Amino acid sequence: MKTLLDCNKGCVVKVLKLNTKGDLKQRLISFGIMKEAVLEVLEHAPGKSTIEIKVGKMRIALRAQEAELIEVQKI
Amino acid sequence: MNEVDPKACPITANHIKVALVGQPNVGKSMLINSVSNAHLHVGNFSGVTVDKTEVLFDYEEYSFTVVDLPGTYAFTDYTIEERVTHDYLCAEDYDIIINVVDSTNLEKNLQLTSELLTMSKKVVIALNMSDEAEKEKIKINAKYMSELIGVPCVKVSAVTKEGIGELIEAVIKKHENVRNKPKLFFSEPVEEEIAQVVWYLDKHRFESANTHRNIAINLLKNNKKTYATLHDEPIWTELQPILIEASKHIELHHDSDDIKEAFAEEYAAFNRGIVAEVVKQEIKLTKRTTTEQIDSILIHPIAGIPIFLFFMWSLFQLTFEVGAMPMEYIDSFFIWFGETLGSTISNDDIRSLIVDGIIAGVGAVVLFVPNIIILFIGISLLESTGYMSRVAFLLDGFFHKFGLHGQSFIPLVTGFGCSIPAYMSARILKNDRDRLLTLFIIGFMSCGARLPVYVLFAGAFFSPEMAGNILFLIYIGGALLGLAAAKLLKLTAFKGLEEPFVMEMPKYRLPSVKLIWHTVLTKTMMYLKKAGTYIAAASMLIWFLSNYPHNFVIEESYTSIISMTNKEDVKIKLQYELDEALLEASYLGRIGKFSEPFFMPLGFDWKMSVALQTGLAAKEVVVSTLSVLYSLGGDVDQDSNSLMGAISKNISLASAIAFIVVIMIYLPCLAASVVFTREAGHIKYFFYLFAFTSITAYVMAFFAYNIVLVLT
Ligand SMILES: Nc1nc2c(ncn2[C@@H]2O[C@H](COP(=O)(O)OP(=O)(O)OP(=O)(O)O)[C@@H](O)[C@H]2O)c(=O)[nH]1
Ligand SMILES: [Mg+2]
Repeated sequence: MKTLLDCNKGCVVKVLKLNTKGDLKQRLISFGIMKEAVLEVLEHAPGKSTIEIKVGKMRIALRAQEAELIEVQKI
Repeated sequence: MNEVDPKACPITANHIKVALVGQPNVGKSMLINSVSNAHLHVGNFSGVTVDKTEVLFDYEEYSFTVVDLPGTYAFTDYTIEERVTHDYLCAEDYDIIINVVDSTNLEKNLQLTSELLTMSKKVVIALNMSDEAEKEKIKINAKYMSELIGVPCVKVSAVTKEGIGELIEAVIKKHENVRNKPKLFFSEPVEEEIAQVVWYLDKHRFESANTHRNIAINLLKNNKKTYATLHDEPIWTELQPILIEASKHIELHHDSDDIKEAFAEEYAAFNRGIVAEVVKQEIKLTKRTTTEQIDSILIHPIAGIPIFLFFMWSLFQLTFEVGAMPMEYIDSFFIWFGETLGSTISNDDIRSLIVDGIIAGVGAVVLFVPNIIILFIGISLLESTGYMSRVAFLLDGFFHKFGLHGQSFIPLVTGFGCSIPAYMSARILKNDRDRLLTLFIIGFMSCGARLPVYVLFAGAFFSPEMAGNILFLIYIGGALLGLAAAKLLKLTAFKGLEEPFVMEMPKYRLPSVKLIWHTVLTKTMMYLKKAGTYIAAASMLIWFLSNYPHNFVIEESYTSIISMTNKEDVKIKLQYELDEALLEASYLGRIGKFSEPFFMPLGFDWKMSVALQTGLAAKEVVVSTLSVLYSLGGDVDQDSNSLMGAISKNISLASAIAFIVVIMIYLPCLAASVVFTREAGHIKYFFYLFAFTSITAYVMAFFAYNIVLVLT
């Protein structure tokens, strides 16, 4: 199983599943991070603790812990 | 009976109450500013507005009340500020919704729109940022879009004010017409289930304000509020099994066990359809956007943080260097003003009250206006360019180690300006524990009101070249202390699970000069107003407390000795002793003398002790108090009037540093304490904060004093 955290800078992936529930899942969905969405990894903060991704036209920052919950597939 | 007679109500038929709703950072507040003459706070990051604000204005024969609401991504109560919006929309009374959307990112914005369309309210869509869309070669067919979703859509730009008139016209027209039905369609299987529920509601002639279709959608979506209202209805027992069955079908169709996710996918599909129909983008975005190019430098994994520190350092350097230039003029103006005005007053007491009390106290605060302005410009740039979210991103990893949330950065930075809005903006933190923790350490970020004290002391003890660096060190030092405090609190009082960090990074925007000008002007005027009212009153009070009771015994004994000598230097020395003795005998002197032993270990004399105590009211008062006390008290060297001079002569370096440490850490001011208590939700937190900051301040100052004593 590959998660968003395993992706390097510049990597473009498709979301397979969100392994989370409740509020966080809602928030990810409202950001457009849902099944079938295409994400691109733009930048890692020092130590890979936080990453910046692009969903559609939007840039979103999330932490490693959250990135790990997003199951993805390379395209 | 508390009912208001409707006829007595000033609201006329021509009154329209508009709720402004939209995702964060789409320009809602700015749109209001551009239709009225309001100056709502605008900034380029999510979560600028955290509370609702009403703005009134007239347009032709109509009077409008527009309510600016915090931005919300979806109809969830993720954070407090989103809850404010949600509660307002569901419970308050208003006529029409203007849904503000960002034209350059329509698909994402429509997520919220499609949820709004299931409410029984009139909606007008404002396609904002049309100027930016034009630059990015995005064309939206607003007319076609209005037809497709059955809601009027108007292109506007809050910046160029284009389309504002049309928007208001559309609102008026919509307000006068009967509600038209928004066209929101789902996939076939979902439509079937909706039809099923609608059929059932129709059959039972269920009465409600909202349409049966919308009720059905909300029920299927698991909307808590709709559930709650229907739960007590007699039809519920029969309805429930139908709903369970329908949900199962929809979940099956979407291959998901989460009905909300299934509906989100439905909405997304609908929105994609709309966008495909109405939006034409001429150039495909294959190459990097400007924002991404700037980001590759500013949030570079290695260079990012040094660049940020460099910006901060430059800001404080500027604050001191440029801010010091007009200082001399302001200072000499107040001295001249005091002398000129003083010479026209014959009564000694009144002259002293005005010159040594009010003018000295207010002048000492006004002196630092240039510094304050530069600091405000810096903060305003940080807020309006979009850099704020980048720094939050850069520092999140670091913050995380101290138990803080990356988004805490936003309230913390706001705290460098003033603690009050900072306490409010902590609402953007989802989790109560994170929020409380942030509230507790906001005080460690030195607010603008403390800047005068720092500039005063840095200027008194360090060369002009060093003073800027010292200022930078004070601020960074305060912030680091805050982080350490956060760690301590996280390990003890606020233990708990990690909260997720997901934050939108806005695009970079060139702030308009007008916007910066207005923001800085408003804040500066507030500072000046405070100086003219609150600080003036406090200075008067301090003057009274330091002049009364007047001890005639001391005065007579001294005057008799003074008149006996004829050596000039002895006379001056005695006069100095007299002034000091009189001051010490006053109420304030007694308070100071009484508390002096307590502050003795920190190296403070009684005047400093008093200044710290009056500083609890507001930090500017520290400067006013010192100014009044030193201008009333004796001065060994008669030809120096300036407060800086008096301070460098009367206070040792070690005491001064300990004093700065206390100022850095202890309670910001009375007003901030009130807001803190309100935001924290309980008075007990105020006492915790008071104890926590006072003890920390005392201990840190004690160490600072003794270390400097040993070193020098
Ligand atoms: N180019 C352009 N920029 C705009 C326009 N409207 C707003 N902005 C910018 O967008 C940013 C956000 O504006 P705000 O008015 O603070 O947004 P908001 O919707 O009130 O945001 P929240 O209060 O956080 O929900 C600011 O940097 C504005 O300068 C517009 O029509 N065109
Ligand atoms: Mg706003």
